[in-house]
Amino acid sequence: MIRFLLKGLLRDKSRSLLPIIVVAIGVMLAVFAHGYINGLMVDMIEQTARLSTGHVKVMTKAYADNMDQVPNDLALMEVSALKEDLEMTFPDMKWVIRIKFGGLIDVPDENGETRSQGPAMGIGMDLLSGDSEEVERLNLNKSLVRGSIPATPGEVLLSEDLSQKLKVNPGEEVTLIGSTMNGGMAIHNFRVSGTIRFGNTGLDRGTVIADLKDVQAALNMDDAAGEILGFFKSDYYDDEVAAPVLSKFNEKFAGNEGEFDPVMLRLRDQEGLSLFVDLTNSIGAIITIVFMIAMSLVLWNAGLLGGLRRYGEIGIRLAIGEEKGHVYRTMLSESVMIGIAGTIIGTAIGLGLSWLMQTYGIDISEFTKNATSAIMMPDVIKSRITPADFYIGFIPGVLSTLAGTMLSGVGIYKRETAQLFKELEA
Amino acid sequence: MKKLFFIPIIFLSLGVSAQSADEIIDRVDRNMSSENRVFESTMTIHGRRSSRTITSKSYSAGDKKSFTEYLSPAREQGTKMLKLENQLWIYSPSTDRTIQISGHMLRQSVMGSDLSYEDMMEDRKLTEVYNAEVAGSEEFNERLCWLLELTAKVEDVAYARRKMWIDRERYIPLKEELYAKSGQLLKRSILSNVERVEGRWFPTTIVYKDMLKEGDGTQFKITSIKFNQSIPEYIFTKAALKQ
Repeated sequence: MIRFLLKGLLRDKSRSLLPIIVVAIGVMLAVFAHGYINGLMVDMIEQTARLSTGHVKVMTKAYADNMDQVPNDLALMEVSALKEDLEMTFPDMKWVIRIKFGGLIDVPDENGETRSQGPAMGIGMDLLSGDSEEVERLNLNKSLVRGSIPATPGEVLLSEDLSQKLKVNPGEEVTLIGSTMNGGMAIHNFRVSGTIRFGNTGLDRGTVIADLKDVQAALNMDDAAGEILGFFKSDYYDDEVAAPVLSKFNEKFAGNEGEFDPVMLRLRDQEGLSLFVDLTNSIGAIITIVFMIAMSLVLWNAGLLGGLRRYGEIGIRLAIGEEKGHVYRTMLSESVMIGIAGTIIGTAIGLGLSWLMQTYGIDISEFTKNATSAIMMPDVIKSRITPADFYIGFIPGVLSTLAGTMLSGVGIYKRETAQLFKELEA
Repeated sequence: MKKLFFIPIIFLSLGVSAQSADEIIDRVDRNMSSENRVFESTMTIHGRRSSRTITSKSYSAGDKKSFTEYLSPAREQGTKMLKLENQLWIYSPSTDRTIQISGHMLRQSVMGSDLSYEDMMEDRKLTEVYNAEVAGSEEFNERLCWLLELTAKVEDVAYARRKMWIDRERYIPLKEELYAKSGQLLKRSILSNVERVEGRWFPTTIVYKDMLKEGDGTQFKITSIKFNQSIPEYIFTKAALKQ
């Protein structure tokens, strides 16, 4: 039976070509859109993870409760030992110590008095130890506008916008005014090694990046830090990977209820990212539904057109005694075959385009240069091919052809046997 | 007839309380303000994790000039602050920098305490800045007090409204509540250890509590104070910061 139907489809191109093209185009768009949107959203999440949240983050309970205020007086103590402990407990993950801090950047004149001054948000991270991956993680080399990455203690990177606002250039000295861990006044001199631009207005307005040890010295945070960030080996956040890490951490530190004991938060638990993560996880379903509805409408119309064209054929089949149900079922079987064929072609083309997009991406840095968005947008948008891309097209591809045929095929049941010969005579 | 009898009494009592409020804050100003003064103090800041104490020596002349040098702990030693009119500079010996504190930075905490730079700078007499009304009479710390409600009559003031509990006998505030324009309580201070210094009553311990901040507040204790001293003019110059 299947062979018979296949022969019919292959010999009568007008029966199969248009539906296959429609399905292939739809599936190609669905696969490509899934890979593209998934890539964009995952990139945005990963950019935020690298800069701010990690895939998981360890802080004190008190710090976590007021995280948006960056309360370094509530920071973790003895962080080196805690980091070693985390590295031993979770050997598959990478752990980095960070200090976020707020303050003023003050530029002196020739008499050492204030020439210009502006608010800044800083990050202290390991820039100088040989095995640190922080420069690559934040893509600092690519973000560099002038000067160089800090190479010796006492050097700092300023955002290009802040440096222009304060009229300070690489090589010049600036003073950080902030609060020490115990609330005292922190005043510390740095030399500007270079300027950076992330392409995000919020960050570019007043970001300062310095080596962790310099920031610890400036803020009187000896072996203390606000946050320890953990990154998964895959470099991608995954709720399913985060869950066992979180439960193992909670098991290990069970019973520590003090406000300065460490707690772990997953990426989705920070900065309102849960909605974004959920949206990323359900993007496949959303795209599938949208394309299925759109393609069903197109294929319904294609089915109606086919039904009109095959009006006579169906009439003869009914006239010579074929049951309406059988005719309907054979048409549905044909549509499944068309759907599978179109989906295979569409998936192959969609994956090919996604691979190109994943490999080369589209550089949008020119468009995001003056963006006012608070979301961390990557400079280059790349697709991300996941296992789902290999099968996601089958759902809209096959179901929509089937749905289209089911809708248009209802007409078979409306044919009156008594009228068939009259119609055929005509 | 009864109504006609009460009307003059109401007007009379309103007039008396308005006059009394002005008189009261004038008497408070006379106790709390001076031509100049030199004092040493300790400031104990009670944080969530620990407490720390900072000692300092301050000189002030009128409400326009003041100079403070921090004496301990070691990390703060040698840090100096100079206020001239409405400008404030801080000198940090570790960086050899003189930094001007301005704008929103004035609202930041001084050394992590419950006091802001703005609080430190506000030395004007109450009568110059606020209109006062007597809101009632209350007992506070076993002292009978007037409860005064003060409303700012100038724009450049950190707190639009204040409530003050004034000792009826000694004319010094024993408790203060400082409010924002919106009516939100921002700070509360409790003044105690009232001593007779050179013929005036003066509270030597003040506990400040920033109501928007966690922690147990900041205790500011004056360990020695002298009024109307001869302070060399160079103290109130930027050059003195680096000396």
